Amino acid sequence: MLRYVALKVGRALFVVWAAFTLTFVLLFVLPANPVDLLFDPAEINAVPPEVRERVAENYGFNEPVLLQYLDRLGHALTGDFGNSVQSGRPVTAAILDVLPSTLILAAGALVLALVIAFVIALVATSTRHDWVRNLVEALPSTSVSVPVFLSGILILQIFSFQLGWFPAFGDEGWRSLVLPLVTLAIPVSGPIAQLLVRSFAKEFHSGYVTTSWAKGATRGAIVIGDVFRNASLPALTIAGVTFGNLIAGSVITETVFARKGIGRMTQTAINTLDLPLVQGIVVLVAASFALINLVVDLTYPVLDPRLRATLAAPTAKAASGGAR
Amino acid sequence: MSTVDPLLRITDLAIDYRTGHREWTTAVRGASLHVQPGEFVSLVGESGSGKTTLVHAALGLLPPAARIRSGAIAYSDVDVTGWNDRRMALVRGNYVGFIPQDPNTSLNPVKKIGQQVVEAVRFNAPKPGNAERHHQAALDSLRTAGLKDVERVFQQYPHELSGGMKQRALIAIALAGKPRIIVADEPTSSLDVTVQKVILDHLVRLREELDIGILLVTHNLGVALDRSDRILVMRDGEIVEQGPVDQVLEQSTNEYTRRLLDAAPTRLAASFGARPVRAEAPYVLRARALSKTYRLRGRGQRRDLRAVDGVDLAVRKGTTHAIVGESGAGKSTLASILVGFTAPDRGTVHIGDTELTGRRRGRLREIRRHLQFVFQNPFTSLDPRFTVGRIVAEPLHAFGLAPGRAQRTARVVELLAAVALDESYLHRLPGQLSGGQRQRVAIARALALNPEILVLDEAVSALDVSVQAQILRLLVDLQAGYGLSYVFVTHDLGVVRLVADDVTVMKDGVAVETGPVERVFGEPRHPYTRELLDAIPGTRLALAGPG
Repeated sequence: MLRYVALKVGRALFVVWAAFTLTFVLLFVLPANPVDLLFDPAEINAVPPEVRERVAENYGFNEPVLLQYLDRLGHALTGDFGNSVQSGRPVTAAILDVLPSTLILAAGALVLALVIAFVIALVATSTRHDWVRNLVEALPSTSVSVPVFLSGILILQIFSFQLGWFPAFGDEGWRSLVLPLVTLAIPVSGPIAQLLVRSFAKEFHSGYVTTSWAKGATRGAIVIGDVFRNASLPALTIAGVTFGNLIAGSVITETVFARKGIGRMTQTAINTLDLPLVQGIVVLVAASFALINLVVDLTYPVLDPRLRATLAAPTAKAASGGAR
Repeated sequence: MSTVDPLLRITDLAIDYRTGHREWTTAVRGASLHVQPGEFVSLVGESGSGKTTLVHAALGLLPPAARIRSGAIAYSDVDVTGWNDRRMALVRGNYVGFIPQDPNTSLNPVKKIGQQVVEAVRFNAPKPGNAERHHQAALDSLRTAGLKDVERVFQQYPHELSGGMKQRALIAIALAGKPRIIVADEPTSSLDVTVQKVILDHLVRLREELDIGILLVTHNLGVALDRSDRILVMRDGEIVEQGPVDQVLEQSTNEYTRRLLDAAPTRLAASFGARPVRAEAPYVLRARALSKTYRLRGRGQRRDLRAVDGVDLAVRKGTTHAIVGESGAGKSTLASILVGFTAPDRGTVHIGDTELTGRRRGRLREIRRHLQFVFQNPFTSLDPRFTVGRIVAEPLHAFGLAPGRAQRTARVVELLAAVALDESYLHRLPGQLSGGQRQRVAIARALALNPEILVLDEAVSALDVSVQAQILRLLVDLQAGYGLSYVFVTHDLGVVRLVADDVTVMKDGVAVETGPVERVFGEPRHPYTRELLDAIPGTRLALAGPG
């Protein structure tokens, strides 16, 4: 068990380190002269050489690449990604300012998407009417095919401008969170729902369900008591992967709803070539992504005793090993 | 019959499956049966005979695509035909218990055994009782099902139990609602023979102790005859024969029943005749001191599984050497070492004078021409998108034999003829063939390169008895015609007697006994061989049979 945890934690750390190294190579090593990137392209020829010299020294561009890398890595380990070129604020502080807002949005959207997906799967599995099942099963593909910017504007139009239930933009209070959440959750819920519908249907026709029928269980008891847990396992995996998409999707959502967040910050940082900030964002996003997947990996053995057994006790395997 | 109401009475039941829009195919036509208290009734039929549909209908478990066209199902003269799930839930578990086919998939993998039995108790309790009483009832039920150390089993998950223990847990679930009749759908077909015997004997004992009725559905006539009071034979959705066991055995008038009786391996021996002695024939395959160990990963210490442990094997030209054993005995690993799919840790395999072990891939390929493999499951070993012609031609293609389309087709037709399939099969897909036909195609493919040796891994185990008999006969004929040598891996000792000259009995990776079939079966030296022989179902069949 310890080995499993260590392995998964190690993998998460590797992902974060790889993200750091990759961004370092892309941003600081590959450009012909990183100093050029620090200035406005329009004024670049007007900058006196001694200023460039000083800036290069400040950033450590004169030193060998390996030293630069180790220096930056060392600082990054203590949470220091340098200062933002544009604002001059420390990168970490700038990101931590907006990260919670994005994480709440992404996590909330993930939860909402899972709820939608589970409702679809449960209805499709437990209904006795074919037409209800067909209708519900058509929903996931519909939700995938509507792009975020369209559904966002549509939702704004209806709930904000027509009905006036929720504010159209801003980030004050929970009410401002509702519309972005819904907008972000809908396209993501599609694939999860599709997976769940299939997995519920498969489990609903498996052998142990027949056993439960024969026990005298009712349909509801079977769907909730037997199918649910077995069918949910695949959703867990995809939920971890989806979280990445949500953070990526937040760029659009935050733009449409004019919210502050990582999405908009990334956009600005790239537009202004704010290298330290870009690197900080990439690493922190990778870290939260790795963390979510770590949680998923560690939840698996809790839900599935078979996995727990292979991880923990070789004696238990010996008991069943004879039968194979 | 008696004046007591039968526990279960099915009258003139007809069931259709929807096969298209307003198109129905009949699966069960006018079947009638009844089970009295304390009676053990067997329903025998081959795959596709509609026997499972019939019992599922009795339990109200038909899929949505099926409908009951006519007839009635009654429990103690209460007509339950057409009851919905909610009402049937009151009958299921409470009045009728069900033991499913495959214990490995029939328990919820994420719930403890105890919880699953407690559920069965709770669903069927007359009034809501307390948890402690349910717990005790569940433990009682597990005990009645013949499990020992029930407190421990109660806390275990299905994957921690062996197949036999899982089937007992399922029996406990079936008994938990204190039913008056138990319906068992092929309860032992996925279990080893020795386990099968124990489970079936236990069912018989339960019937006597609890005075319940038992309806056993099986494809194995031997199993049915050994234990039932009455037997029903089903074919194409119709019950073609029914009566007390002795009557069916001795004076069956139905042609299908007779054929089924004669196809049982215990009875076939007479028609297969004695095998010619080929003691002086040269060896075509010799394996010496083969060992293969798999490493199982676990916490801390590593555990080794000795799949094959120091096994010798010799096959003479034109003879059949059978490898028998129960699941986990290492026989499949041995077979795959013999053909070079798996590399042994130690030991050698010689094909004729060439050594197979330790060869590079390219040389191995050359040797494979003389050594072909037939897989267990004809439903998965053929590419579903290839036509039969293309499947059989594949080895020819791979080795560049029979160049030219016309020549190749001629060879394929010749091969199909060898396995008694005509030219019309050339362009069919595996999905359009029956199990027996698929296995014929697989054999034709194996024969394509004119091999000297065929390794058959449970090649007839997935087939119905009558089809199995045909394939066995085909194998014997091919052996006589082409002088083939077979390595025949099986769990079924009845089959061994029919086709094999020599036999090796395996247990836990070790060959416990080896020798000519006559000797090993006549005077087994190892207690395990004796145990296996005792567990073969169908002793009554053999006694009453011709020869």
